[in-house]
Amino acid sequence: MSAPAEFYQRDRRWHAPALAPDYKTSVARSPQYSAISLENTVSEITGPRFGHGDIDPMDRDLIHNYAKAGEAAIGERIIVHGRVLDENGRPVPNTLVEVWQANAGGRYRHKKDTYLAPIDANFGGCGRMITDENGYYSFRTVKPGAYPWRNWVNDWRPAHIHFSIFGTGFAQRLITQCYFEGDPLIGKCPIVKTIPDQAARDMLVAALDMNTTIPLDSIAHKFDIVLRGRRSTLFENRLEGN
Amino acid sequence: MVQPLNYLKETPSQTAGPYVHIGLAPGAAGFDIYEQELGQDIAGPNAKGERIRVEGLVVDGTGSPIKDVLLEAWQANSDGVYPHPESTGETEEGFRGFGRVITNFETGEWGFDTVKPGQTAGRNGTTQAPHINLWVVARGINLGLNTRIYFEDEAEANAADPVLNVIEWEKRRATLIAKRSERDGQTVYRFDVKIQGEEETVFFDI
Repeated sequence: MSAPAEFYQRDRRWHAPALAPDYKTSVARSPQYSAISLENTVSEITGPRFGHGDIDPMDRDLIHNYAKAGEAAIGERIIVHGRVLDENGRPVPNTLVEVWQANAGGRYRHKKDTYLAPIDANFGGCGRMITDENGYYSFRTVKPGAYPWRNWVNDWRPAHIHFSIFGTGFAQRLITQCYFEGDPLIGKCPIVKTIPDQAARDMLVAALDMNTTIPLDSIAHKFDIVLRGRRSTLFENRLEGN
Repeated sequence: MVQPLNYLKETPSQTAGPYVHIGLAPGAAGFDIYEQELGQDIAGPNAKGERIRVEGLVVDGTGSPIKDVLLEAWQANSDGVYPHPESTGETEEGFRGFGRVITNFETGEWGFDTVKPGQTAGRNGTTQAPHINLWVVARGINLGLNTRIYFEDEAEANAADPVLNVIEWEKRRATLIAKRSERDGQTVYRFDVKIQGEEETVFFDI
């Protein structure tokens, strides 16, 4: 086996800073000291692995995975699909992708969510799947609604789906959010705007993908995810060796 | 001009938000949907080594417990082997090394049961003291925070640990050492994470 190699350094200026005062909750939840830079060890290049035995094929059909028999979640039927890649453009196969979201009215099925919009009896709001050998994933759901939240008095979250991705090493672990092309709330969102670079924000907006729609059934959006890439071991690598 | 390198950029992180439980621990959100939730059994029934419990609080800059936090643990077994092809050695059947835990919504207390990990290989032929890798996400945290749990009773190994020794300020190293005690015959380690302020936990850019 070739020597394991590090992940590329994370570009911390590409990500949101810990302290982003327009997103008020970050103020008391942001470390004041700098993170200590750590070269990867076996603890960071390895990570949890999951297989098809851990999940159920129905887990990626959010329209039906919490619905009563013969019923379905209410809302615009959508397919979200894409690839999990690394920074080298290589697919990340067999990795777990987990998603969660509000229902079509913008209400989460969570005991702490008290928004006026009603719960949909047939919608749970979470799904999970494992990427195939080419890094592809896909799931079916209803498009989540926008909803108000307490930040400034009148802030609204754009429609979004939360994504959690593992990759092959714990250093690649990522949680993010997927938005939808054309939503005017994206440019007003204090959480989106924690990310300084517009090109980085654009990576979070899924494109309408007419080629993947199922005519007369479901519309589709494409959302590719990029995890940290890894070095090639062109020369001797001393990560674990002597 | 110069040839383009054509690397992709990493997808930027966004906060896990207040409803992270729906996706990653739906039972805690108040509904059962999955046959099995992931990360509930770190070590499995066959793991060798000392059975331990690790528990604590995650505290914000005002000193208040964060009650909507989610933590993930990643650890080696008692032989210092991670269940991953790039870690040399074997792990016991059922040893996952991965834990996912949320807090009590009322108190902010969290805890998980596992086995104490062994020493692992460090870089350049060094040895790392036993530790559990911890990842903390919550509403208000824009990019998950990485830290490590070390063990109070491993003083000698901790003193030689190459990662702890990277921390310039010796007093800050203490923020990564879990305190050992016994309760009802069980070994319990206490590990409070202080996100901000006095005795702020050391976080790593890994």
